[in-house]
Amino acid sequence: MSDLDLSSAVRRDPRREWILRNRLHPEHAALAATGAASPAEWLGPNGVTRRDPRAVGFIGPNGIRRIDRSGAQHGAGATPGARAAAADNRQRIEIDDPAFVIAVVPDLPGGRLSSHDRDLLGLARRLADADPTAPGAVVAITFGEHRESDFGGAGVDRLLSLSGERFSGYAPEARLAALGSVEQELTPRHWLLPDSTLGGGELGRRLAARLGERPATGVWQLETAADSDSGWRCTARGAAGSSDIVRPLPRMVLALAECAEPVSDTLHAARPLEAAHSLPEGLARIEDLGEIAIDPAEVALAEAEFVLSAGNGIRDWDGYHDAARTLGAAEGASRVAVDNGFMPRNRQVGATGTWVSARVYIAVGISGAVQHLQGIERCDKVIAINLDPNCDMVKRADLAVIGDAEAILATLAERVAAWRAEQETRHVA
Amino acid sequence: MSPEHAPLRSGPRVAVLVSVGRHPVTGRPRRADQDARAVELALGLEQADTRLLHAGRHDDDSDSALRGYLGMGFDSLELIEQNADADVVPALVEALRTQSPRLVLTGAHAETGEGSGMLPWLLAEALGWPVVGGLAAIEKIERDTATLLQALPRGRRRRLRVRLPFVATVDQSAAPARQSAFGPARRGGFEAVAKESRADELQAVWQVAPARKRPARLKVVKSGSARDRFKAAAAKSGGGGGKVLEDATPDQGAEAIMALLREEGVLR
Repeated sequence: MSDLDLSSAVRRDPRREWILRNRLHPEHAALAATGAASPAEWLGPNGVTRRDPRAVGFIGPNGIRRIDRSGAQHGAGATPGARAAAADNRQRIEIDDPAFVIAVVPDLPGGRLSSHDRDLLGLARRLADADPTAPGAVVAITFGEHRESDFGGAGVDRLLSLSGERFSGYAPEARLAALGSVEQELTPRHWLLPDSTLGGGELGRRLAARLGERPATGVWQLETAADSDSGWRCTARGAAGSSDIVRPLPRMVLALAECAEPVSDTLHAARPLEAAHSLPEGLARIEDLGEIAIDPAEVALAEAEFVLSAGNGIRDWDGYHDAARTLGAAEGASRVAVDNGFMPRNRQVGATGTWVSARVYIAVGISGAVQHLQGIERCDKVIAINLDPNCDMVKRADLAVIGDAEAILATLAERVAAWRAEQETRHVA
Repeated sequence: MSPEHAPLRSGPRVAVLVSVGRHPVTGRPRRADQDARAVELALGLEQADTRLLHAGRHDDDSDSALRGYLGMGFDSLELIEQNADADVVPALVEALRTQSPRLVLTGAHAETGEGSGMLPWLLAEALGWPVVGGLAAIEKIERDTATLLQALPRGRRRRLRVRLPFVATVDQSAAPARQSAFGPARRGGFEAVAKESRADELQAVWQVAPARKRPARLKVVKSGSARDRFKAAAAKSGGGGGKVLEDATPDQGAEAIMALLREEGVLR
């Protein structure tokens, strides 16, 4: 409690409390009238939250006291101590003298820990905390700038941030050289990387080849095994995901998403770690010339980010194609539009067609048959433009506009074109 | 494109490493999908002298699968004979050292066996060449360098310049392979080379079984209040909650859609 300031410390006045409990005491009425006499909720001596049912709630319309459990009523009356406990009751863990080191290289897409990274850190914690008398430290190694602030909450004990111009973009050789020097410095017991297509999957295989380790790839389960050298056994996907291989856990692990539960109820130190040696400068044989602009219409429908899909409600197909071009969206279609010959078969969305995973999916004049809704299951935001307010697509949509599809689409295209022109002039200026 | 002119070609020598695939549904042997895409990529290179290379056992199953590659327009396939349990990396390194191609293409994962996807990285490490993963297209090949397109998620592409010689892996983002023609597949032949095969001892202790379905993760709500836990358990999954604009003019509708598009950042 020493780190708490004085105002939040709970100060009890036993005499006052005794008077308040004793309704026959001559000073009782006076003290009770001063208000704020008894808090509605306080932390008892054993750490259990105690509530005074007479102090919470409100008097309902027919004179009966009602208690609203949503927290709206008694949130204000909580003591400062209770409020602090609710804010962060995660157990803080500092490992000063780790018995060993588990190295994790998270992908950090967009500079933040992905759910795959968090699962991987959960796996690392299982390996590190197996023996409570000699816990290991989880070291996360990040490249370049990151925007993540919750490494401690994800289970990281030490954070080794390797920054520098040479790690920006696609720089596998520089990263590999840096990881090689980390290997010499820390000699981790295990290396854990996410088995993702770009990033961990690639860097992990490079590192394994460089260190001469045979990695377990596609690991999705981990259990203790007395008969293996490492004390662990893992289940890994093999043969393009069609078989399961049960094998002793090697030193190097490339794990799939959901390989373990992410850390949720402990808070680790995430102490920054400095690289002792200067990192080696290598000759780059792979040069990154940057991302190229692509035509959204050329992108495969399954991986398009933004899809404009048309169905039976469309009559003016030229207008629809124009709108798709203006919006920069990939074109999709419902089964009816394809069967009627307005769209090619490879643009069909849903069962017997493509399963799309767009971030934004606009369904124009599509009523939403089950087969179509299956195909857009993985879309984040669905916008429906339809005449029928009761159709299934409107129920699924995050935003539904009821009205004439063609008029709305034309207006939308105009607005987007105007917005583009405005951006352009601003860019030039 | 006709295979008879292959030796006269002046372009770079390309080696494509092919493997025996397995159909995901029927389980029949077939040409591996990613390897076939790598072959397709090599066939698209102008004037390239492309050779197919396979290391493994030659039997009835692998014969029919490997003929699938020959049917894409090749006279022959170099076959390094190895036992079924062999580690093919040393044999392939040796073969590539003698062939000294400028460019080695292969799929990212095998469809049988361990399928760890380590082979290209191990080969490159042994040969001392750079490796590029997720190749989508080869733009041009010059004397010492090649300009490539690498596939990123969401159909995006990144341009890379790599020094020759190098190894590149091909996955689903490359162009799909052409159909295999039956006649050329029958007529093509194998140039078998016997090489000492080294057994992979580590695999002996593994237990391999058909893939189990992975358990779905439970959604555990960690909340202090019983009311929150009950609400989370009783909540209906999905559905509802969307905004519906009825009786809106086209202008208002377009405005609302535009706001959502800009919020999601899909307008570029």
